[in-house]
Amino acid sequence: MQYKSQAVAKLYFMAAIGLFAGQVLFGLIMGLQYVVGDFLFPAIPFNVARMVHTNLLIVWLLFGFMGGAYYLVPEESETELFSPKLAVALFWIFLIAGALTIVGYLAVPYATLAQMTGNDLLETMGREFLEQPLPTKLGIVVVALAFLFNITMTVLKGKKTAISMVLLLGLWGLAIFFLFSFYNPSNLVKDKFYWWWVVHLWVEGVWELILGSLLAFVLIKVTGVDREVIEKWLYVIVTLTLVTGIIGTGHHYYWIGAPEYWQWWGSVFSALEPIPFFAMTVFAFNMVNRRRREHPNQAATLWALGTAVMSFLGAGVWGFLHTLAPVNYYTHGTQVTAAHGHMAFYGAYAMVVLTIISYAMPIMRGRAANSNRAQVVEMWSFWLMTVSMVFITLFLTAAGILQVWLQRFSSTPIPFMQAQEQISLFYWLREGTGVLFLVGLVLYIVSFFVSGREKTSAA
Amino acid sequence: MSGTFTKSMARNIFYGGTVFFFLLFLALAFDTNSALPARDNRANLTPSVIAGKKIWETRNCIGCHTLLGEGAYFAPELGNVYKRRGGDFIKAWIKSQPTGAPGRRQMPQFNLSDKELDDIVAFLKYTSEINTAKWPPNIEG
Repeated sequence: MQYKSQAVAKLYFMAAIGLFAGQVLFGLIMGLQYVVGDFLFPAIPFNVARMVHTNLLIVWLLFGFMGGAYYLVPEESETELFSPKLAVALFWIFLIAGALTIVGYLAVPYATLAQMTGNDLLETMGREFLEQPLPTKLGIVVVALAFLFNITMTVLKGKKTAISMVLLLGLWGLAIFFLFSFYNPSNLVKDKFYWWWVVHLWVEGVWELILGSLLAFVLIKVTGVDREVIEKWLYVIVTLTLVTGIIGTGHHYYWIGAPEYWQWWGSVFSALEPIPFFAMTVFAFNMVNRRRREHPNQAATLWALGTAVMSFLGAGVWGFLHTLAPVNYYTHGTQVTAAHGHMAFYGAYAMVVLTIISYAMPIMRGRAANSNRAQVVEMWSFWLMTVSMVFITLFLTAAGILQVWLQRFSSTPIPFMQAQEQISLFYWLREGTGVLFLVGLVLYIVSFFVSGREKTSAA
Repeated sequence: MSGTFTKSMARNIFYGGTVFFFLLFLALAFDTNSALPARDNRANLTPSVIAGKKIWETRNCIGCHTLLGEGAYFAPELGNVYKRRGGDFIKAWIKSQPTGAPGRRQMPQFNLSDKELDDIVAFLKYTSEINTAKWPPNIEG
């Protein structure tokens, strides 16, 4: 570790992995509820499990991004973090606020939670992914601003690299677009229109800047390729991302009451959205092939390449699959969307966080890389989780295509629940694959405790 | 990606391109806002509809259902449920939950008052009258 203060990232990474495990457990509960409808009812109704599943995802990714930034920025800026103490304090505030929110979801009915937490003062709750009570939303803003202050001050007092600038831009964008979560007009169309300014402009906009810079950082470290080359690629990729992704928001505006010209804007620009992901895949493989050193942490390299491939498949290919307006007319709001959501979030964001953890964690624990044995276990977990996610996606896609056929496309469409019963086989297959994913995750956690002779060469 | 194409050129294209397309997006959003009154059924945004939206939100309906295709995919689309089932059916359905049928997906009992039931129906009626470019493809949602 080049700078002492980078060590604060360790806390963030440990919390991220813990919350990831929670997310997967609730995913399995929901998966079972898809086929055994009354499982855990009324203790944990599906909507509560889903809220926990998606909110844990968001929070653990935010922990991962923040941890990644705390690790990356001092090294890029060649200076200690502005305030490590602030970083530690923010960690505990965010963790406790997050935990209280999850407990709130599970312990009291949502309507009661809304009443207890001042939803009547400013109604922001009850919208997908933005279910957090008002105090939690305000807490997110406060933590995000204090975090950004800490990171920005660090960059300002040190060296400004392309990687840290792109990361900063992504993180600032994340905080700024979250402010739209406080705007909830009675007019449903406007509500939905601006809701996407948080959700889409996050995951198909500014988050991709964070993804790109974390990936570029790890690639510089593990390949030793010239920074000039990698940073030029980074700029090209994030340019393609925002040029296609911003107007690409239009693919959410086809059927929610917005003008029909969005079908053109959305289709054309979001059809181009796979290009930056494809460029990222080419970039990652190119850099690894042109490597100038053999970094002992092969697991981290595997995660980096995996991120590039899986984000291209999940976000790029599976996004394109249903993004054209005439296709989306039939697939909108079906299991096809769920299939895309799972592989895109895993492939792009879960995997990039696991990449930076894989690279940074051994160094923070005082070695360039883990022992061979530990790396082998970690690589097994990589393949188990990744292959499971591929199959989860394939099963959900099959379910989605059948659902579209039965409920929307055939000449004798059948009601939603009847269609669901017909496709339950695929939900069972998905749930089985989900268990395999959990096995992969357990192995992943185990890999942190596997000993063996450590590697100390290079760094 | 070598030779004449330098990092600073890439950086300038990044900032220039981002600003340009963000401004274009703002212009489209501005135009959308002026086109919405003819499409979003705002004339029927009565106090009852507004109250209904709040009930929709505070019961986290979106955690199982989709509304205009957005939400969870565990339970039926409700953007057009008013047209599919009618107001009386919706109220009777909400009141009779959960069904308790073994193995079937269950909807919680929300203990809504008669007024609250009227409000949620008003909200679903308003929603069903938004111009959604003929989506969903058929009445099953």
